[in-house]
Amino acid sequence: MKKLVLPALLALTLAACSSTGPENGAASVQDRGTGVATVTAGSAKGSGIAALTDPNNILSKRSVFFDFDSFVIKQEARPLIEAHARFLVQNPQMKMLVQGNTDERGSREYNLALGQKRADVVKQALMLLGAKEAQIESVSLGEEKPRCEDRTEACYGENRRGDMLYSGEF
Amino acid sequence: MIKTLHAFRLFLAGLLASLALGAHAQLSIEITGTGASRFPVIIPIFENEGRLPQSVTDVVRADLERSGLFTLIDTGPLPMPESVMPDLAAVRARGADAVLTGSLVPLADGRYEARFRLFDAQKQQELGAMALPMSPAQNRLIGHRIADFVYEKLTGLPGYFATRIAYVIKSGPNFELQVADADGMNAATALRSREPIISPAWSPDGQRLAYVSFEQKKPIVYVHTLATGQRRVVANFKGSNSAPAWSPDGNQLAVVLTKDGQSQLYALSADGSGVRRLAQSAGIDTEPFWGADGNIYFTSDRGGSPQIYRIPASGGGAQRVSFDGNYNVSPRLSFDGKLLAFITRNAGRFQVAVQDLATRQTTILTDSARDESPSFAPNGRMILYATDTGGRGVLSAVSTDGRIRQRLTVQAADVREPAWGPQIR
Repeated sequence: MKKLVLPALLALTLAACSSTGPENGAASVQDRGTGVATVTAGSAKGSGIAALTDPNNILSKRSVFFDFDSFVIKQEARPLIEAHARFLVQNPQMKMLVQGNTDERGSREYNLALGQKRADVVKQALMLLGAKEAQIESVSLGEEKPRCEDRTEACYGENRRGDMLYSGEF
Repeated sequence: MIKTLHAFRLFLAGLLASLALGAHAQLSIEITGTGASRFPVIIPIFENEGRLPQSVTDVVRADLERSGLFTLIDTGPLPMPESVMPDLAAVRARGADAVLTGSLVPLADGRYEARFRLFDAQKQQELGAMALPMSPAQNRLIGHRIADFVYEKLTGLPGYFATRIAYVIKSGPNFELQVADADGMNAATALRSREPIISPAWSPDGQRLAYVSFEQKKPIVYVHTLATGQRRVVANFKGSNSAPAWSPDGNQLAVVLTKDGQSQLYALSADGSGVRRLAQSAGIDTEPFWGADGNIYFTSDRGGSPQIYRIPASGGGAQRVSFDGNYNVSPRLSFDGKLLAFITRNAGRFQVAVQDLATRQTTILTDSARDESPSFAPNGRMILYATDTGGRGVLSAVSTDGRIRQRLTVQAADVREPAWGPQIR
């Protein structure tokens, strides 16, 4: 039953967010790690802490990617957000830091504010799916911690993201 | 005690706040544009200058030359003592319009008194004289003061040579907040960290820097006393804390916090107490600059695109200040309150612009593509900013008429986030 309710809630989130910008259907949850196996959506089997680092568990994926100048969670990110929301609900003692990031173009401080918007969107989606406000802090790293430093569109896309970190990981 | 403190900081945050560490990365300055007409001056060596380990007048000449407003005419190795009236006809014959005569008079305690006079060779009159006591090691400081004197007498504007600049160097994974003299010399590291440091802002007394450090994996605002290396967290609320700006009296900071939602403007005391909201909007408000005119200028996307607005620091409605284009950010007001410098996006390029607030006339001053973080020299004539050449971060300075240009680089490192310090009289 829960499996049906969560996507419905998330769809509401997405609808609420999509008034702020255009949306397209590019893949959003991507495996950016080295030597980490690709997982299929919704494979969050265990809910124990070990699941967070199990490369075969979707919970080991932590990044939600955004389009240029966009603060909308893409459809492709739904399974990942749902899995982490479920984990937070099932582990109420766990705390999460959501770090929002931007590409390098423009003012550092304005980008810090844009990164905060991305982190906030991820936090709100997790809360709509049942995570508690007290469990999640959303902060921004702006353009300061690029994962990829080339000046290419592919790199910029990799840097426009929200990362979900749990206690002990930051 | 100091060693213990250092060890503690290192242990605590994995970074080191230095007292006054020597530089290992020197800024070098290159002049890339000068004023339309430069004032020809003669600055001969001072009488007795050979007694000092380092020259004073070399510093004066370099400062004036670098300003882009003067041409230095060589007169050879002969001094023109301060006590002797110079032959102004001979000065004119060499093509100079002014001459500085000077002597270093030994004092009983081993110091010197630098005495100097400036003459207008055209009008055949003395423009002023000064005497500054100095130790032999103070050649740079006194040289900057003398250059300030010459600059002010000949341009009518205060000089800015005896000021300091702050900036951040990134080399590999390391970040250093450095402070140097305005000519790039005497660079010293104030803070070294493995995490980013952004948005340094000078206190009006030039003794402290506020900045944002990511050492705790989120942006937190610190105030750092340069003389002691002592740091204090002034804003660490839930969410992000950033964009510090000092009030003109140095008692308060405007900051951006996200504790109540989106990025919004707040003010707090310089010790971090008494936080209060400055403005309220449905969008992003950030990059406050607390002007001496009593207004806080800031960037906001409340109208859809990022634009510059201002509010009275005492409270009141926001007024939009920038109108051209759809991306205008990072406002900085000149000390006289007449000019607003900011970054504008112009056909996809981020460039330094100034707006004359009285006429609303806006001029783009640069032709680069990645300009950021403008800040005015204390006399309002030059704007220091970050840009990039060949993929590397450099600092540049441009005059408010766009003619004079300088580039400041550090070998093999990225330089960014410059802030020009205040004039301390």
